[in-house]
Amino acid sequence: MAILVNKDTKVVVQGITGKEGSFHAKQCKEYGTQIVAGVTPGKGGMEVEGIPVFNTVKEAVGETGANCSLIFVPAPFAADAIVEALDNGIELIVCITEGIPVKDMMMVKDYMLKNYPNAKLVGPNCPGLITPGEAKVGIMPGHIFKKGKIGIVSRSGTLTYEAAFQLTKYGLGQSTAVGIGGDPVHGLTHKDVIEMFNKDPETEAILMIGEIGGTEEEEAAEYIESEVEKPVFAYIAGITAPPGKRMGHAGAIITGGKGTAKAKMEALEKAGAYVIENPAKIGETVAKILRVVELEEEERTYDAE
Amino acid sequence: MKLHEHQAKEIFSKYGIPVPEGKVAFSLKEAKQVAEELGEFPLVVKAQIHCGGRGKAGGVKIVKNMEELQQSVEVLLGKVLKTFQCPDGKPVNRVLIEKATNIDREYYLAITLDRSKSKPVIMASAAGGMEIEEIVKEDPDAIIIETIDPELGLMPYQTRELAFKLNLPVKDFVNIALKLYQIYRDLDASLVEINPLVITKEGNLIALDAKMDIDDNALFRHKDIQEMEDESQIPTLEAEAKKYGLNYIKLNGNIGCMVNGAGLAMATMDIIKLAGGEPANFLDVGGGANVEQIANAFRILMADPDVKAVFINIFGGILRVDRLAQGLIEASKIVELKVPVVVRLEGTNVEEGKKMLQESGLNFITAEDMWDGAKKAVELANKQS
Repeated sequence: MAILVNKDTKVVVQGITGKEGSFHAKQCKEYGTQIVAGVTPGKGGMEVEGIPVFNTVKEAVGETGANCSLIFVPAPFAADAIVEALDNGIELIVCITEGIPVKDMMMVKDYMLKNYPNAKLVGPNCPGLITPGEAKVGIMPGHIFKKGKIGIVSRSGTLTYEAAFQLTKYGLGQSTAVGIGGDPVHGLTHKDVIEMFNKDPETEAILMIGEIGGTEEEEAAEYIESEVEKPVFAYIAGITAPPGKRMGHAGAIITGGKGTAKAKMEALEKAGAYVIENPAKIGETVAKILRVVELEEEERTYDAE
Repeated sequence: MKLHEHQAKEIFSKYGIPVPEGKVAFSLKEAKQVAEELGEFPLVVKAQIHCGGRGKAGGVKIVKNMEELQQSVEVLLGKVLKTFQCPDGKPVNRVLIEKATNIDREYYLAITLDRSKSKPVIMASAAGGMEIEEIVKEDPDAIIIETIDPELGLMPYQTRELAFKLNLPVKDFVNIALKLYQIYRDLDASLVEINPLVITKEGNLIALDAKMDIDDNALFRHKDIQEMEDESQIPTLEAEAKKYGLNYIKLNGNIGCMVNGAGLAMATMDIIKLAGGEPANFLDVGGGANVEQIANAFRILMADPDVKAVFINIFGGILRVDRLAQGLIEASKIVELKVPVVVRLEGTNVEEGKKMLQESGLNFITAEDMWDGAKKAVELANKQS
């Protein structure tokens, strides 16, 4: 059943009447996702692309049985929207919104962990997630993904598309692709998602796309080393990034000698992952290794060039 | 967003954290006025730049009289101060004039986010005056870290523990630490740092230096802070890019890059390096770049004299490739293409996009994939230089 979302997932879109919200609600619906409701305070009773709009998440959940929320609410109000979803029993929240203050996310995450330990947050500042052929809960172009057995977890948007596109080109489909987002405080981590892929019988290999900043990739490496038997492939962006400069994502910054691409790559290699150096060779590398895995078993680290 | 030391100290002062008596000056005349108001020597003249390592670079001077003050201010104001942290230097357009402090002992105190816990931490050390990275490198145990509960905030007992461990005057330290946390919370800071926090020979605790970074995402609710921004501290092209919603960072190489999305932009820099070249910049045009943004991105790339070739790497998702091609064609009508431009396009409507570029008559070099594009760009850049 892949992970997190499938054809039975019922999605409410918070911020559905905005430009982004309405556009992507339509795209998700066309992909086949069950978009059952939208929420915009004061716009209750409207319809967007045939989707009923409610004033509150409470009403939306009560009327439609939505169990997943996709959030496009502008940054100043996004924390409020996440908490509204949590307080109404939504257990999977996907927040696309970019630019949410760190303090807001810190408070929301703390509240979530204390009050709803089973709830899962994807993002913010992320492309969302997709289980190809079943449900797209996000802003990624659906047509580059293909149903299959590789789980993707990534901090970046277009780089995920690049990787999925390359895999698809080699005939390697994906079980689920999860964009966890590029902010310093966010929901599901690399490790969390890898753990889910590890337990998912439909996922046979894992592709992890990390980047500079923080220590999440290192934490994932520890888990991979002790728990994961499935092949794990990893690409880390930012080997050329200078320290102290924020590379676009609020979280992509090397500070105090921590968070370098090199340290992450070393940790992952040590954990037994195949570390891919050339981002243009992600698909090719995965294809080669998965098909000749017996031959390459000795050499766990695959050097692309 | 970074604040100057004098701005951070003004905030500290308002919250009741003791700082040396002093004031900022933008000219020699103002500096002399401040000196007269302070009414005594020695004074300290501190260059205000968004960079550490000022002391070693000659940006902090102790002056004993008006002549020395004049001399120091004249040397510093208008100068580009290079420090080991900022080898390209930062312009000094203001100096902070302060009463000198009789230092007995120096400490380090800071509050920032611990990303792996998603919670703030307060960090204190008896090894003040040094770079925190250096302290940790030398001796990880020399720094004491307490995690703060976001809901409860910093608890007084936590600050008492720090005070007792570091042998600091408890009442004064607790006051400073709690107020520092209040500033961190109230102003959406990503870092508040006092380095050094000193005990004077008279036995008082005082913030001798002050550093504050504010979360850019939170500036919408701190208009007063936003107005404090000193744009002279941001490199010209970076400031220019910011105006158009572009994310640009100048680097040392000669291949200009234009990419959509931060992760892919980093990957593009990396692949240029793998192909044997050096990226001249990081440039993320974002997911929804329009014609105007692409034109401006182009202009910024071309304005960098180091750029010998350009590599445009776009993965069109929701943003269609044909629209991007249109943007590039429009942009090259406005901006002269002084160097070869390699374009790699992929994603939604890629065929239309490629066709449009071919039919435009413009001299774009098309690439099959990222690797092909990077190799071509490196080869062309090497030919140019």
